[in-house]
Amino acid sequence: MSSEADVAAPGIGLPPEQEAEVQAGVWRRALDNLRTGNLGILPIVLGLVLIVLFFTIKTPVFFTANNFNNIIIQMAGTCMLAFGVVFVLLLGEIDLSIGYLSGLGAVAVAEFQLPDSSHQYPGLVAIVLAVGLCAMLGGVQGTVVAKVGVPSFVVTLAGLLIFQGVILQVLEYYYFSHSAGWIIAGGVTALYAAMALAHVIGHRRAGVAIRDPYILLAKVVAVAVASFGTVGICNHANVPTGLPLAGVLVVIFLVGLTFLAKRTPFGRHVYAVGGNAEAARRAGINVARIRILVFVISGAMAGVGGIILAANVNSVDLNVGGGTLLLNAISAAVIGGVSLFGGRGEVRGAVIGSVVIATVANGLNTAGYKCHPPLRRHAGHRRAPPASALRALSR
Amino acid sequence: MVSETPLLQLRGISKSYGSVQALSDVDFEIRDGEVMALVGDNGAGKTTLIKCIAGIHGYDQGEILFEGNPVSISGPKEAGRLGIEVVYQDLALCDNLDVVQNMYLGREERDWLWRLKEPPMEQHTAETLKSLAVTTIRSIRQPVASLSGGQRQSVAVAKAVQWNSKLVILDEPTAALGVAQTRQVLDLVKRLADQGLAVVLISHNLHDIFEVATRITVLRLGRDVGVYERATTTQQEVVHAITAGMPTKVAGIAETVPELAT
Repeated sequence: MSSEADVAAPGIGLPPEQEAEVQAGVWRRALDNLRTGNLGILPIVLGLVLIVLFFTIKTPVFFTANNFNNIIIQMAGTCMLAFGVVFVLLLGEIDLSIGYLSGLGAVAVAEFQLPDSSHQYPGLVAIVLAVGLCAMLGGVQGTVVAKVGVPSFVVTLAGLLIFQGVILQVLEYYYFSHSAGWIIAGGVTALYAAMALAHVIGHRRAGVAIRDPYILLAKVVAVAVASFGTVGICNHANVPTGLPLAGVLVVIFLVGLTFLAKRTPFGRHVYAVGGNAEAARRAGINVARIRILVFVISGAMAGVGGIILAANVNSVDLNVGGGTLLLNAISAAVIGGVSLFGGRGEVRGAVIGSVVIATVANGLNTAGYKCHPPLRRHAGHRRAPPASALRALSR
Repeated sequence: MVSETPLLQLRGISKSYGSVQALSDVDFEIRDGEVMALVGDNGAGKTTLIKCIAGIHGYDQGEILFEGNPVSISGPKEAGRLGIEVVYQDLALCDNLDVVQNMYLGREERDWLWRLKEPPMEQHTAETLKSLAVTTIRSIRQPVASLSGGQRQSVAVAKAVQWNSKLVILDEPTAALGVAQTRQVLDLVKRLADQGLAVVLISHNLHDIFEVATRITVLRLGRDVGVYERATTTQQEVVHAITAGMPTKVAGIAETVPELAT
């Protein structure tokens, strides 16, 4: 590090010895965080490791490449919904409509490419139309929340009741070829390294100190290991082999939405409104606009998630978007460290939270515990409980 | 010393909320490099007056001159454009954001890709705090929630003055602070005036006011009852004006002098 970069270090105007103390940095800060209970994602990751260990001991089929692929697919849909939930929670609001809105997205996709109808669009067009529809519905709810002042709990509860859905046929599930998987892993790593480099150059040029250069390096290595490792395991799987498209979509949305939340004025304003709406208003931020846009994001992500879930089951029925999906999506965000009271949390929390949920559900299932089918993986044509109950009674 | 034309001059400002006459016929002025204290009992109209100046709400009668020219301040943005910034009692900081993020809230610098330009914002924040001799903040990347009351007040003031503002209005900046932190903020107020800014200081603490203010405007029941030079007045005189002062001008009556009892 050049000495110029050190001048504007975070500890501005401190005596030299304290300045050095600030620089001594990484471990000390880690210790500070440990002491103050500000542990970030560490406890969740530890918890996940324990969960994985438990099920690995419980059943031999759990810790396999095939099941690894399964978990990616099972978490992807919930994760998409949770991405939207993160933004809504950052505002200190709630969106109860995403479950059925995702069902509506799935149904819309199916409807838009219904064979032998007047409106049989190609798959991609149908997806864009469906996500657009969900975004619009989210926007309508957001407008009611922001402009009319009705609490989001009430508005989106009404949305939940309205969006309960219908039946139809959807797209096939897709896995990348082995070589395509490796190329994707290489691309992700290269992109991340390039971003890290740009970060360093940007800070150097402005003469602002780079916090924790070693952590930055460690992050690049971790991303490389994670992406190549994931592709390696997915390629090793044999039932459906290769990296699932759903996993790639999760990464794409993770990067895009993290950028939106952390690197753009819009994201900054979302955090500000969640932290202190009055302060945001006085700073000249259009609070109503931010609220509406966040519900648009929530709606759009519900649509994306719904399509992925529907593709997962390859059908849509009356139960789509019902059951535990809404609760799972919100839990995923909260498990991932997003505060229910607004202003605190990160987009990546959605991924971590939904991995935890998917792992638990998958583990319980593979270990043979009797429970409801996890995450509707095989729930496409399940009978509605009242009907089966009636039949049992009439026997 | 202070310049002759007032930076800001209010003439005959009246404002009512429905049937409540919050301000009637108030005059007020402040010059560059001056700390003007604004005092008065609860409900005297201090907050209403600064809200008129900051463009939070309009006024019914009267006129406002800024640098000698009549202006109409239609909103907070307009006030900001003139160089008027207000630091509210409740600070208007976001606890979950760090110091840099708060300093630039709503005015973030962005590049062509709509990305935040963090390095220049961080650098400018460090410079601003340094120029105000705010040295106790350990890292400008720590959340505001972790700062002490005095540090938070300093950040709020720094946020207000970093946009080349000419007039800063501080609404009870020391109300919730301890002795050492009050000291810190009063020093900051003095430095602002030394740098040529006009500072309006609202406070209930006469001790603080007599320490930093150049002049003192007293409001009582929505009327201005006098302007006192700090050098030539006493706390007793100001207290009397706050509790029993008579308006300096009343419609239909010739100029009256505040009746001073001892």
